[in-house]
Amino acid sequence: MASPRIIVVGGGLAGLSAVIKIAEAGGSVDLFSIVPVKRSHSVCAQGGINAAKNLKGEGDTTAAHFDDTIYGGDFLANQTPVKAMCEAAPGIIDLLDRMGVPFNRTPEGLLDFRRFGGTLYHRTAFAGATTGQQLLYALDEQVRRFESEGKVKKYEGWEFLSAVLDGQGVIRGITAMDLRSMEVRAFPAEAVILATGGNGAIFGKSTNSVVCTGSAQSAVFQQGAYYANGEFIQVHPTAIPGDDKLRLMSESARGEGGRVWVPRKSGDPRPFKQIPESDRWYFLEEWYPKYGNLVPRDVATRAIFRAVYEFGLGIDGQPMVYLDLTHIDRETLNRKLEGILEIYEKFVGDDPREVPMKIFPGMHYTMGGLWVDFNQMTNIPGLFAVGECEYQYHGANRLGANSLMSCIHGGFITGPIALKYAKSLPAIEGDGGAAAEVQRQTEINKALITNQGNENPFKLWRELGSTMTEHATVIRYNKGLQQADEKIVELMDRFTKVNLSDKSQWANTSFAFTRQLGNMLELGRVIVQGALLRDESRGAHYKPDFPDRNDEKFLKTTKASYTGTVEGPKFEFEDVDTQFITPRPRRYDAAK
Amino acid sequence: MATKTVTLEIKRQASPDSPAVWEKFELEWRPGMNVISAMMEIAANPFTTDGRETTPIAYDSNCLEEICGSCAMRINGKARMACSALVDNFEQPIKVEPLSKFPLVRDLQVDRSVLFENLKAVKAWVPIDGTYDLGAGPRMFPQEQEVRYPLSNCISCACCMEVCPQFNDETGFVGAATIAQVKLFNSHPTGKVLAEDRLRALAGDGGVQECGFAQNCVEVCPKGIPLTDAISDVSRDVLLQKAKDLFRS
Repeated sequence: MASPRIIVVGGGLAGLSAVIKIAEAGGSVDLFSIVPVKRSHSVCAQGGINAAKNLKGEGDTTAAHFDDTIYGGDFLANQTPVKAMCEAAPGIIDLLDRMGVPFNRTPEGLLDFRRFGGTLYHRTAFAGATTGQQLLYALDEQVRRFESEGKVKKYEGWEFLSAVLDGQGVIRGITAMDLRSMEVRAFPAEAVILATGGNGAIFGKSTNSVVCTGSAQSAVFQQGAYYANGEFIQVHPTAIPGDDKLRLMSESARGEGGRVWVPRKSGDPRPFKQIPESDRWYFLEEWYPKYGNLVPRDVATRAIFRAVYEFGLGIDGQPMVYLDLTHIDRETLNRKLEGILEIYEKFVGDDPREVPMKIFPGMHYTMGGLWVDFNQMTNIPGLFAVGECEYQYHGANRLGANSLMSCIHGGFITGPIALKYAKSLPAIEGDGGAAAEVQRQTEINKALITNQGNENPFKLWRELGSTMTEHATVIRYNKGLQQADEKIVELMDRFTKVNLSDKSQWANTSFAFTRQLGNMLELGRVIVQGALLRDESRGAHYKPDFPDRNDEKFLKTTKASYTGTVEGPKFEFEDVDTQFITPRPRRYDAAK
Repeated sequence: MATKTVTLEIKRQASPDSPAVWEKFELEWRPGMNVISAMMEIAANPFTTDGRETTPIAYDSNCLEEICGSCAMRINGKARMACSALVDNFEQPIKVEPLSKFPLVRDLQVDRSVLFENLKAVKAWVPIDGTYDLGAGPRMFPQEQEVRYPLSNCISCACCMEVCPQFNDETGFVGAATIAQVKLFNSHPTGKVLAEDRLRALAGDGGVQECGFAQNCVEVCPKGIPLTDAISDVSRDVLLQKAKDLFRS
């Protein structure tokens, strides 16, 4: 029998990890990506990747990594897969090192580790401040090697549109669109792995890349896949506000000693250098003496919001606080943080070695995603999901430097599982529904391109982004969430009146974007309605009207399913696997 | 008071076979505005200065943090990344054109896949035995990491190829980016097992000897990669390899 054909959609860390394992085991892979895979969003990860290697004599263990991750995620993550990830992590770091990732080293030539949020250990391996880029390149190079051996075929510049499902609801391939010729085609496969990343575009401006729209997740959600914990959205405490996007300022800036502060006096007009220590308020250090500037992201984000909105102490009355590295010598900063300091310098114009950076929280990551079982399979047989597009590893809040590990670990375990599944799959009947699905997608395209209306998709997107950012990020009220849901319904209606100014059939980028926008709107409702239902505060989900965690009612995974009705998605709740660590209160003002 | 504005002139071409036309746009200035955010604004309001409705500009972009390498184009005649091109730093009208040395797709989109093919030709990877757990990697001192890391920062934007006078159909030159990757992989304890293959791949036509030392590459590189140093080092190694091969044959 010929080796099974597996499709991987998405060429970031998760997708490439899966590709490598399948190719190595003798399978054939078709790899689909909107952008050349080397340009995937994983390159944006800066600070590092967590593994309890215990190379600093601190007594770090994989059990401590497991506990920090579960505790940081406010006990919402299923514990079995998280435990497995933490145990696999040290071996994965060794492998990445063997692949040639230029990790920073100690004088003795060993891997160096830095501190990150939500832990008291030096557990984060790093390559300057461009760790994601370096890891992605290492995997990209291995995939290029398999490609040159004919084991991997890349479809770069193709966008996933939908799953091809047979009469039993089993996935038999995908449909995808060539972003140059706009041709829609079906590609058969015995198993499909989605590794399509985050959904920051739903929030308009975020730290995510342009391709992170959540469109693929939304498409399969609309075809019957469950979407889990969609309401858990991580807002990174330190982003650089920008005209086109929010640029990440890595947690490693604080890991290397960066301090967050505001002037004690509201609207203090003095330049920072003339503000003496006694007039500076290091509020994170004061409120959280044990973890200080390295509290988890949700905690730091809410603290910054408090300092700015409750105490009115934003710099120059603007929603911004200082992130200060100026007390650290230039040489150390350049060696450990150069990449991110350059970004700040380039896009803001100030040298952060001389002037404290001005930062504010920004949408960064979705903990929620496609529901998967412990084998990374969605409820659609044969459809797997790995990386940020699935929900499994981070609970209610992700710890910094755990995402890269969850992507690679997820990809590594899913490749072989998908291959095994594919080998036992009964033969396809007919074309497995491919022709019908191509027909359906072609009709959607035709309707969109000929639509007569007066709405501009980019304007609709801005409205979606501002409503999501206002109501569904740091602080959530049921009234606001209700308004956001109504707003999305309004936008969905206006979406039917979209008129594309570009009706051409060649490299039509606004057409592709508009298809994504339709899917963003559907997923927006999942996020907003999920948040509406969860009347508690847990991790990144914070409701002032329900300030406490409520384990009795909400120690549950939220599962949304598509109904296609005006009411929107249907919700159910599933028990969380807590067999190893009993949930306890989560607090960072003292050692746990 | 009149609002401050930004003027852009953008070279448009609907397809590889269509004629090129320039379109002019005048936008309201905003703080922190860059060439990409200006084109996002055009997409939301696709009208030229003379009030004619047009189409959103086709361009490649992704991270907008100058790390993915997508949005390379020529801005006021100079190859660079558009996301970091803050409009305040440019003389107006800001002229935006596609890279000129790669097949045009549409408007500002070009096909740079040749670079990825070149990386295949020089085997730009570390040939590990397998992805199972085989223990720690080779020991490496910080001094070695500090040489490798900058080379590994290459974002494949292809600006160095665009500005190189030798990068053209006649020479078939691989360009600086690929040569720097050869240095990177030949310096790795495991990667160097393929060093001879890589050097031979750069020994013939289109190889490292095509470099005319114009030094444009190192000036334009958005990541400040020491490209000319890499070319010098690899040139020397290619010559040594040629001599060795001659001696052996």
